Amino acid sequence: MSGEPDSAGATTAPAIEGIKLSRAFGGVQALDSASLSARHAEVHALVGENGAGKSTLIKILGGRLLPDSGEVRVGGAVVDLFNPDAAHSRGVWTVFQELTLFPWMTVAENLLVRREPRGFLHLIDRKQMATEADTILADLGIHHIDPRKLVEDLSLAQRQIVEIVRVIVQDPEILLLDEPTSSLGENEVEWLFNLIRDLRARDKCIIFTSHRWNEIIDIADRITIFRNGGELGTFTEIDESKAVTLMTGQQVDAFYPQPPLLQDNKPLLEVEGLSGPGISGMSLTLHAGEILGVGGLAGHGHRELFFSLFGAEPTTGGEIMVEGHKVRINSPHDAAALGIALVPEDRKTEGLLLPMSVGVNLTLAVLPQISVLGVIRGTREANLAQAMVDRLKIRTPGLRNPVRQLSGGNQQKVLLARWLLADSHILLLYDVTRGVDVATKHEIYELMLRLAREGRAVLFYSSDAEELAHLSHRVLVVREGRIAAELKAPGITAEDIVSAAVREATSLVD
Amino acid sequence: MSTDSTAQRRKTSAFTYFLGQNVGLVLALVMLVMAVILYCAVYWIEQQTLPGNFEITSTVNNTMPLVLAAVGQAFVVLTRGLDLSVGGIMDLSNALAAVYIHDSLASMVGWSLLILLISTILGLVNGLLVGVGRLQPILVTLATLSIYQGIAIRVLPQPGGAIPPVYTSVLVNPYQPYALGYLLLVAFVWYAFRRSFIGVSIFAIGNDEQAAMANGINVVRARVTAFTLSGLMSGTAGLFLAATATAGDATTGNGFTLSSIVAVVLGGMNLFGGRGSGVGVIAGAFVTTMIVNILFFSNIDPLYQSFYEGLFLVIAVVLGTLISRLLRRRS
Repeated sequence: MSGEPDSAGATTAPAIEGIKLSRAFGGVQALDSASLSARHAEVHALVGENGAGKSTLIKILGGRLLPDSGEVRVGGAVVDLFNPDAAHSRGVWTVFQELTLFPWMTVAENLLVRREPRGFLHLIDRKQMATEADTILADLGIHHIDPRKLVEDLSLAQRQIVEIVRVIVQDPEILLLDEPTSSLGENEVEWLFNLIRDLRARDKCIIFTSHRWNEIIDIADRITIFRNGGELGTFTEIDESKAVTLMTGQQVDAFYPQPPLLQDNKPLLEVEGLSGPGISGMSLTLHAGEILGVGGLAGHGHRELFFSLFGAEPTTGGEIMVEGHKVRINSPHDAAALGIALVPEDRKTEGLLLPMSVGVNLTLAVLPQISVLGVIRGTREANLAQAMVDRLKIRTPGLRNPVRQLSGGNQQKVLLARWLLADSHILLLYDVTRGVDVATKHEIYELMLRLAREGRAVLFYSSDAEELAHLSHRVLVVREGRIAAELKAPGITAEDIVSAAVREATSLVD
Repeated sequence: MSTDSTAQRRKTSAFTYFLGQNVGLVLALVMLVMAVILYCAVYWIEQQTLPGNFEITSTVNNTMPLVLAAVGQAFVVLTRGLDLSVGGIMDLSNALAAVYIHDSLASMVGWSLLILLISTILGLVNGLLVGVGRLQPILVTLATLSIYQGIAIRVLPQPGGAIPPVYTSVLVNPYQPYALGYLLLVAFVWYAFRRSFIGVSIFAIGNDEQAAMANGINVVRARVTAFTLSGLMSGTAGLFLAATATAGDATTGNGFTLSSIVAVVLGGMNLFGGRGSGVGVIAGAFVTTMIVNILFFSNIDPLYQSFYEGLFLVIAVVLGTLISRLLRRRS
């Protein structure tokens, strides 16, 4: 009860404070006596590696999680945020990292859930609902999302926008955003930042997390750095290398490693005129030892390209040749047999068996080879798995722990390792570094280069143009389902990629 | 440019959206139309005339219990659950009706309400065990199915009892298809449910339970309500069953557990929750009845009836899945 009773005190008190918050999950101390204080009219960035405790802190402040100890104050008064409603009633609204939309409901239903306009017999007026949703979207400058569409039919970026809009219309006093930009393209990020600047100008408090340093510098007034569940300090000015050193606790020199020199190698994968839903007439050649980047705005057919090469999306035409032989890829099983592996962005739903152990997830693709009459040989499995854990520096408490317990970046490494065990030589990496912390990102880069050096071919899509520019031998820019440009190293810049991608392309917001 | 796209968006008619987003419902209605045509055809071949008032009346009357049970089942299926106790609650409702309802207005109204109250409480028990007790729906309702059946047998050990003719003529009038009115009522109940807060909550937890929680929806309450509504609907189904049979039998409800699930599936509702239409489920119930009628008029040996029912079901589900896949791919 330390809240200041007089109104003068209320304006000087921080907008929201977390004081010595701790929270453990099982044996893992996700948050260890961490504190945070953010003011009105401030944009406050939280940075740190995955697993540093940022998301846990945001969930506690947003009423999604209860702390084991510590307290939360809003406007100087201690509050009990026992559920999201309790936070909402105090003006605290959150855009969580894992989206909280209902896939089989329309955009309008999602935007207005629990605030639906009522009509005849106090029943929900669905027509009115679509109209209201239309107005809400139009007022925020979004004209490319139809409120009558099902959320299931939206792209990831569109869903993220709906999620943000849903919270913005609540007119939050304190807005928490957990990695809001990870699935957004440049224009959408700019749209979001304009919203945030507008909120700041209206004296609101905004707290957000991001792994993209240039965004943080762009918009944050203050930055709080987290490591191992605790805060290391709040800064108004700090440069990237110092921040990374603080976050990781180690010096990271040359953040982007140099790709190996490309020999005139034979083509491993040749695609000619590939068409299907979302892509039309795509042709590309991928050589052994090559890292071929694929760039462009989200939702322009990259996903379809990668998934149809892996046999997980249907194609309507075109030819695929692997090592000079014409092949048909109708299922991921076909792809795996040809030595093609896919590591998707959304590791939660694609690829990993989350409740199962690290060991099982690693050896899944080679089970037939390590089984006798269908029975898995335990020691052989464990040896193979352990070798991979060591080789890829997968940070796990043990082989028997469920993969769910690992941080995002390490889950990505488990997926990669699975395909390395299966000896795949064509690797399709689809935005694997999205939402992955700096240190793990660096390890994934190193790993990619090593794979290329071993003579494997890497097709690499990333929503981060900077990453593509630094790591690729060539970059294909995809726009509206077609390859719009091809850039060759050396001398590729992120600006080149972005400008090739946005030329005449439409974006979700204007 | 933005106004252009807004204008273009307006051009996409509400009907197009309805088709794209309610493939299951559309398929169920198409299936119903096809079943009716086939039925008329075999009826014509057999009787040289089209089905008349009597056939319509008896079809509607005979389907009412399944319609009610299936809509009850649908509430639970939407939450990603299954209610296997539907048959047990129907048995008990049926048995109580046969034993206690007598030929006076007070008895008929009073006992009907009491039986519905009891059924609702039985559904509530399921809901509390699943929602508050966090037990598996299949496990809970499999257990309560046996328990409710046991109580029903205790109430009415042998088939018997009697339902007052007035009661029958009010619920399932054998001469005129007045039961169509109840059908409209059920459809309206669904319409209102879909547009109520509890409806949104039940759909929401079927979509994504975590998301529902994050949106401040009381997940436990929604789940308990779904099972409670299912109990109420099953109880009503039991009363209609008793009225149709004009007597009680504590075992006739058993088959409705499975056939209610069949009707839900034929109605295009997703067994993994969150998607589906009550109108589709009503159509699904009628398709189930029509199949039996068609088999009857095709002079199929009754011994093989269940074989052909199963065959129809498999074909219907396979076709439905194929067509909806095609439609989704196109959109």
